[in-house]
Amino acid sequence: MASFEFASVMSLTASLASIAVLFSLCVLALAALRLKAASALIYLSCFVASAALLVSGATHLFRGSAPEALTLALGLPWLGAHFRLDALSSVFLVILNLGSASACVFAVGYGRHEHARGRVLPFFPVFLAAMNLVVLAADAFTFLVSWEFMSLSSWALVMAHHREPENAHAGYVYILMASLGTVALLLAFGVLAGATGAYDFASIRATPPAPLAAALVLALVLVGAGSKAGLAPLHVWLPLAHPAAPSHVSALMSGVMTKVAVYGFIRVMFDLIGAPQWWWGLVVLVAGGLTAVLGVLFALIQTDLKRVLAYSTIENIGFIFVGLGLALAFEANGLPAAAALAFTAALFHAFNHTLFKSLLFFGSGAVLNATGSRDMEKQGGLIHRMPVTAFAFLVGCAAISALPPLNGFASEWLTLQAILWSPQLEEWPLKILTPGVGGLLALSAALAGACFVRAFGVVFLGRPRSREAAEAREVDPWSLAAMGALAAMCLIVGLLPGFVIDALAPATQAAVGAQMSAQAEIPWLSIVPIAESRSSYNGLLVFAFIVSSMTIAALTIHWLASRALRRTPAWDCGFPDANPITQYGAGSVAQPIRRVFGDFVFRAVEHVEMPPPGSTAPARFRVEVRDRLWDALYKPISGFISYASEKLNYLQFLTIRSYLSFVFASLVILLLALALWPQ
Amino acid sequence: MIRDLFVQGAQMLLVLAVAPLVTGLARSLKARLLRRQGPPLLQPYRDLVRLLRKEATLAHNASWLFRATPYLVFSATWIAAALVPTFAAGMIFSWSADLIAIVALLGGARFFLALAGMDVGTAFGGIGTSREVMIASLAEPALIMIVFTVALIAGSTQLSTITTFMASPDVGLRVSLGLALIALIMVALAENARMPIDNPATHLELTMVHEAMVLEYSGRHLALIELAASLKLIVYMSLIACVFLPWGVASATGDRNALLLGAALYLGKLVACSIALGIFEVTIAKLRVFRAPDFIGAALMLGLLATLLRFVSEGL
Repeated sequence: MASFEFASVMSLTASLASIAVLFSLCVLALAALRLKAASALIYLSCFVASAALLVSGATHLFRGSAPEALTLALGLPWLGAHFRLDALSSVFLVILNLGSASACVFAVGYGRHEHARGRVLPFFPVFLAAMNLVVLAADAFTFLVSWEFMSLSSWALVMAHHREPENAHAGYVYILMASLGTVALLLAFGVLAGATGAYDFASIRATPPAPLAAALVLALVLVGAGSKAGLAPLHVWLPLAHPAAPSHVSALMSGVMTKVAVYGFIRVMFDLIGAPQWWWGLVVLVAGGLTAVLGVLFALIQTDLKRVLAYSTIENIGFIFVGLGLALAFEANGLPAAAALAFTAALFHAFNHTLFKSLLFFGSGAVLNATGSRDMEKQGGLIHRMPVTAFAFLVGCAAISALPPLNGFASEWLTLQAILWSPQLEEWPLKILTPGVGGLLALSAALAGACFVRAFGVVFLGRPRSREAAEAREVDPWSLAAMGALAAMCLIVGLLPGFVIDALAPATQAAVGAQMSAQAEIPWLSIVPIAESRSSYNGLLVFAFIVSSMTIAALTIHWLASRALRRTPAWDCGFPDANPITQYGAGSVAQPIRRVFGDFVFRAVEHVEMPPPGSTAPARFRVEVRDRLWDALYKPISGFISYASEKLNYLQFLTIRSYLSFVFASLVILLLALALWPQ
Repeated sequence: MIRDLFVQGAQMLLVLAVAPLVTGLARSLKARLLRRQGPPLLQPYRDLVRLLRKEATLAHNASWLFRATPYLVFSATWIAAALVPTFAAGMIFSWSADLIAIVALLGGARFFLALAGMDVGTAFGGIGTSREVMIASLAEPALIMIVFTVALIAGSTQLSTITTFMASPDVGLRVSLGLALIALIMVALAENARMPIDNPATHLELTMVHEAMVLEYSGRHLALIELAASLKLIVYMSLIACVFLPWGVASATGDRNALLLGAALYLGKLVACSIALGIFEVTIAKLRVFRAPDFIGAALMLGLLATLLRFVSEGL
């Protein structure tokens, strides 16, 4: 009997054991800090634990097991710590640990160059453990404690290089926004638990809140989970904090931690809160669409490579939230098949984003290691010096730009297919705003292509813009292995998207009560969301077509025409300039798009200082870009806080008489209020 | 099965064979309208053969990406051309990529061409790339909105289904279709580096976009890029033809006479499109680069409006 019980919670037990191992690795890291091999030891152990979590999540998912639940005697004495592994948790367990495992492999090589090991190694395993715990938690207390562990450990990692002036600011903004998010989630769970105060998810699920309370929960969860995911206008911390951390941690924060936030949103809005209202979908949809365009536009004008990637994370989060918003709207309208399509698209995109964003952050880490700078204006020509990194980075760029047959295209295609269902929605605001959101998505997908042409072109192509870039060396085999594995997965998932869609089916079934039809049985391994006459796509065949027609073209031309080749100086219309700064750089490639969107989105101002004729002073050109949201939303708040604290400051220097009279007055007022309070 | 493959192969060869002719026709017509004699109709073929025979020159620091791009761009465009119904709908592989995937394939070709523009590290390559991505970043969403409109009317994103539906009497006269047609023509002009966005005949460096981007190419690489550009033009013409002029498009499983009739009509549509293109191009002046977003933005708005009309009412 006992063995049977164990078998029914096997995956969950294995997961919790691996998480315990991760926590203990923190202590080990502290003990072994002075060892030379400490970094490799810790990262490899983390890899093993992540792999174990990955396997247990995948086992649960592919077996289609029933939800596994465990209650441990930890935490609040009257509550205990509830853990549950269901289809949704196991999907996110797989997404999370795929990213974590590759980050650990990358870090074995990358971490060797770390000069502040003591500030990275102990926190890294805790960060991994906390993210996994969030996904497994099944009561509000455990969820919030794990969430806070995740925030604090990642904050510590952001502050690893705290002597760099920008990082301290980044850490400060991050901890503020993270606290705001946790408070919002705390209140959300408070509202969900209601007057009875039953904080385990099973009781919350059993008593759905009243409509007004549910609306409050939606707002609070959008602030809590949305700020962690990077939903506009709560995204301001993300492009500061993600790039500040060491690159493998940036990859985790951008590729993995944002998915934990998405999980939090899904868990509350699709599971705990009960049947959705149609206008929830509208709010989420519009927030997602605006986030996507805003994120990619800011990504386009950054000159710091890691910041480009961080802003692009905001764009992809927007994409995911559009899918989730559509799923809510469809579910509320009683269109389960469409809801399943939209929800699958969102989960699929979350999975894909973890793959390519981790890959791209690893690539930026490799560039940082090789040239010592994240500034795109100091790179160039790295494709010759770092061929493997360049190839992997190119695959990531193509995938994130949604080029067929890679994985990014498959999920964006599904999202667009879901939008094509939306005329069936009943409500007018949805009818009118959904095509607009579709347009925003199309715009952001096209801008993402431009953004990554620029990122790859400036960093890896052209001529080196600095001595460091000209002398860059390819990075170590561990880092290359991690990037290569992720690049291969981007391709494989893009070629065989049907298997991923099928794997997501149990989670979709649990969340929206329907699932997409099984894709693996469709001939030729196509994906067909609804019916073949309506739409279908076959990545494998498109890939085969491209490869075969390229081969035919190359063979025919080499055989029938000419294969002679000569190396010459560049032509450049007869005016080649030896100075590499005459190339188009990060600022100049973005200039046309910055001008198109400049006034409206960036409030970009170009300052030109042109010295008078005859003067030998250099001409200068400077662009000033402002985030309107920062000015409109955060400036007034921070201004008010400093104003209020200045005014309240005088309370600090009063005489004891004044203090006593204040105490007396407030006592009287409180008693009066109590007496006059309507019974 | 064998017959289906044969029909599909015939379409691939047909578009490849007539693509330079369409470019040549538009070019000759423009010359005549400008009172010039102009090049002979078959000049694009001669250019291709000449370029293919020449040795290719590469800049010293050109990478493998620069060499691979022409093949990649050519094959992606060719596949897009093979998947758009020309003389027959419902080809054997037509289900492997729908209209959204075809748009993305063309986007992929542009992605790599834009990268190749930056590979050698010259100022002109960069200027071409930066302007091309600016134009594309507005033209591509406009195209997606047009796809939405058409897909919502036909109830499918499969081009073969759309073509069959458009040829049937269920379509009727719709405002949204009219808007989509205008937007599609504008996008086609922008995407093919035609007037008023770009001048295909210019070699004045600062006004050109597409030509600046491919400035470093020569020999067989340039031949492939030129061929791909012609193919792209024919993709857009076929797209306009199969959605808005779907008459006479045969079924791929139909009899031989229907297919031959479809092919003849298709050639006629191409000639009509090239004549319209030639006349349009001589009657309009090129826009400054920073006026181009207004033009393509208008296409985007038209596309959005057309989609919105479809959302608001089934009948519009």
